Amino acid sequence: MPEFQRFSYDVLVIGAGGAGLRAAIEAGACGAKVGVVCKSLLGKAHTVMAEGGIAAALANVDDRDNWRVHFADTMRGGQYLNNWRMAELHAKEAPECVRELEAWGALFDRTKDGRILQRNFGGHKYPRLAHVGDRTGLEMIRTLQDHGIYTGMEVHMECTVLSLLLDSGRVVGACGYDREKGLFQLWQAKAVVLATGGIGRAYKITSNSWEYTGDGLALAYNAGAELQEMEFVQFHPTGMVWPISVRGILVTEGVRGEGGVLRNSEGRRFMFDEIPDLYKDSTADNEEEGWRYTQGDRNARRPPELLTRDHVARCINREVKAGRGTPHGGVFLDIAWIKQHLPKAEERIKRKLPSMYHQFKQLADLDITKEPMEVGPTTHYMMGGIRVHGDSQMSSVPGLFAAGEAAAGLHGANRLGGNSLSDLVVFGRRAGRFAAEFAKKNEANGAATKVDEEQLQATAKAALRPFDNGASGENPYQIQYDLQEAMQDLVGIVRTESEMQQALEKIAQLQARADRVGITGHRQYNNGWHTAIDLASLLVVSEAITRAALLRKESRGAQFREDFPNKDTEWGKQNIVVKRGADGEMLVEKRAIPPMPEELKAVIDEMK
Amino acid sequence: MLTQAMFRIWRGDPAGGGFQDYVTPVEEGMVVLDAVHRIQAQQAPDLALRWNCKAGKCGSCSAEINGMPKLMCMTRLSNLNLEMPVILEPMHTFPVIRDLVTDVSWNFRAKKTIKEFKPRSPDLPDGTWRMQQADVERVQEFRKCIECFLCQDVCHVLREHHKEDEFIGPRLLVYAAALEMHPLDNEDRVSDLRKKHNIGYCNITTCCRQVCPESITITENAIIPLKERVVDRFFDPLKQLFHIL
Ligand SMILES: Cc1cc2nc3c(=O)[nH]c(=O)nc-3n(C[C@H](O)[C@H](O)[C@H](O)COP(=O)(O)OP(=O)(O)OC[C@H]3O[C@@H](n4cnc5c(N)ncnc54)[C@H](O)[C@@H]3O)c2cc1C
Ligand code: SF4
Ligand code: SF4
Ligand code: FES
Repeated sequence: MPEFQRFSYDVLVIGAGGAGLRAAIEAGACGAKVGVVCKSLLGKAHTVMAEGGIAAALANVDDRDNWRVHFADTMRGGQYLNNWRMAELHAKEAPECVRELEAWGALFDRTKDGRILQRNFGGHKYPRLAHVGDRTGLEMIRTLQDHGIYTGMEVHMECTVLSLLLDSGRVVGACGYDREKGLFQLWQAKAVVLATGGIGRAYKITSNSWEYTGDGLALAYNAGAELQEMEFVQFHPTGMVWPISVRGILVTEGVRGEGGVLRNSEGRRFMFDEIPDLYKDSTADNEEEGWRYTQGDRNARRPPELLTRDHVARCINREVKAGRGTPHGGVFLDIAWIKQHLPKAEERIKRKLPSMYHQFKQLADLDITKEPMEVGPTTHYMMGGIRVHGDSQMSSVPGLFAAGEAAAGLHGANRLGGNSLSDLVVFGRRAGRFAAEFAKKNEANGAATKVDEEQLQATAKAALRPFDNGASGENPYQIQYDLQEAMQDLVGIVRTESEMQQALEKIAQLQARADRVGITGHRQYNNGWHTAIDLASLLVVSEAITRAALLRKESRGAQFREDFPNKDTEWGKQNIVVKRGADGEMLVEKRAIPPMPEELKAVIDEMK
Repeated sequence: MLTQAMFRIWRGDPAGGGFQDYVTPVEEGMVVLDAVHRIQAQQAPDLALRWNCKAGKCGSCSAEINGMPKLMCMTRLSNLNLEMPVILEPMHTFPVIRDLVTDVSWNFRAKKTIKEFKPRSPDLPDGTWRMQQADVERVQEFRKCIECFLCQDVCHVLREHHKEDEFIGPRLLVYAAALEMHPLDNEDRVSDLRKKHNIGYCNITTCCRQVCPESITITENAIIPLKERVVDRFFDPLKQLFHIL
């Protein structure tokens, strides 16, 4: 019988990205004993890769900005499917959370008068993104890490959580294994925060790392929690398309914020060709006005390159399909052209976009200060995730909280750039605080936290099964690849009923193959084993995305259905919730969005 | 460019190991990490390595490529001589866990021995500070560090003399410099740098600076100014007197 190494905490945080670390810091500050578990080394979580910035209505660059504008922008970007309470709290609390980062040592770029500088980004009315060049995520994760390590939290690096433990419907901890030695671990806790990030590995072309297999979503789903907005996967318009091996790696929206423009092979700025009605009044209709906007002219309207990501991605798709793409199947993104307007353009590009400069120089042999880049859409972000209470971040399972990309609600049908990093700190903080409170309350009333030993043994046995199948089993990498291909082709940027039905069949076949997955070698740091284990989450998440996308018979935000190309007012009032049925089958259902309070409605009307 | 190449990868664990050769197809634009991934997917599923971002941003994929400490994701095959086998080894300074994965946990423990950031009280009643871009930039250079630990890997004080218990290494000197030169920081780490972290062990060989994938000028911009602070404090008779007073 496999042995479990046992630990016990008040609050267990699963994930050490921005959301997890912020939650852990807060829970600790509330007096809880905190454990953190993460699949990679500390400081390597996805958050480290974020580039463009963190959105907060600090109003340092444009004093017309405030939480109400940020709220309205977020709701408009999300096509009003957002949890409006979360959008409200987010807009109100983001500035304070950014200042908190500064108080912990973060060094954002500055305005002339020494305050935090903010840049333009798609869908944000005013310059709102606090940033550090194009490595904002690194600054954020390092700040949280370097603050957190002194707060007494215990970090279990390179451990994977396999399952959540329940006692009479309440979450009482989690079990998993450490990747280094392959030994099983049990982390008991009075409350658990899931901050496991996204699902990008379900797709072939993605900006996401191996970690993004949707584990947190699957863990919550298997524990009986509800998921929401699973149909909304964000395809970022600008990923690298060449060389093939780096296909999908992100090119920050900051390039467009700094004046970069999109052109097709005919040299045409095709983004001017189609501007959605919702944004007609706020978008420039000529190149000159767009340029002035990127240079801080407060009276100019934004260039169409800075429309929301779903729209820009679809326009790029259209150009490529119409045969107006670049040699490697993308479009051109040109920042070098700004030298027509600015004297020291080259220096400016290197200073404002250093890691983009570096990335293209080293990986593609291309100097972005001289030549245009080739870019195309890449799977980037999951709007959907665990359905939570807007204030406390608790899921439908008592004691189970979620924050960051793993949680749903804030972004609705489409996330605005920069709204994720702010999401992490605002709701990481809330999740940490409410989890600590929950733990305390349950201590006071002496609620049992019994661990189900049978469940532990069953989890361990399932995890070890690939070894029993051995070399004759299915190759885990191949199954993952086949799944990615199916999702990319059948549940991608443009969707149809028939293709998604096919996807469901494929997922079922892949599920059967995953049951026969086999690996060789031993348990120490065996990447093949890790990949085999992560398949289970990927399959749950892929099925949930597909089923939700099938049910939503309209096009809205990140979901575009060729068979239902228009928005439907009725669907605009519904979220889609996914949960596990009594017999293990996946249930997908509509859930009406609660009516918005009058004062928030008034804010939206006022900003129209 | 050749259509296939040979990779000679060190495979083993703390008990020992050796090189194994793998031949794999290669294409234009590939980096070492791509080739290793292909080998892993097709020939050696249990091959151990770390990676996350594939874009030089996370510092996970550090290894020694043909004897040079490098990030696998940022080393293009077109810059290597593929007529010869490409030799891949784990970083030497840290204990091996398996194959290309080493135990770098010491770096995380050692960091905690450095006093944490302590800001001066806010400049304004609303709790904010004012800082000039020029002052911030100096420290931003250090904060570019992706904690790949390649500099730790080449530093002879750690690699050859294994002074891990006494010396924090270039990465953590960069960390200390970022704190010491932070426009808001009020803490004093100068005495620790001399006595606890033994900055004196560094004899400015600049090996660390030469391997830093983030091009941080580790020696000139971080270590030397810290050394100067130590010298000023402890070896300048006037200042010493002043400090005692
Ligand atoms: C290239 C790129 C650029 C981006 N740029 C921006 C930007 O400029 N602005 C912005 O707002 N957003 C940006 N985003 C989005 C944003 O970075 C992410 O959404 C955000 O960082 C997610 O943070 P998180 O804390 O939710 O999760 P992560 O930072 O991804 O952390 C997830 C954690 O969970 C752990 N974990 C996962 N599964 C398990 C398991 N089974 N067991 C244990 N641990 C587990 C992982 O190890 C990791 O520690 C960008 C994203 C990418 C990929
Ligand atoms: S310069 Fe100093 S810290 Fe850097 S490698 Fe040489 S001895 Fe080590
Ligand atoms: S200083 Fe440079 S070499 Fe050293 S850990 Fe940081 S990024 Fe790596
Ligand atoms: S994988 Fe992130 S630095 Fe190489």
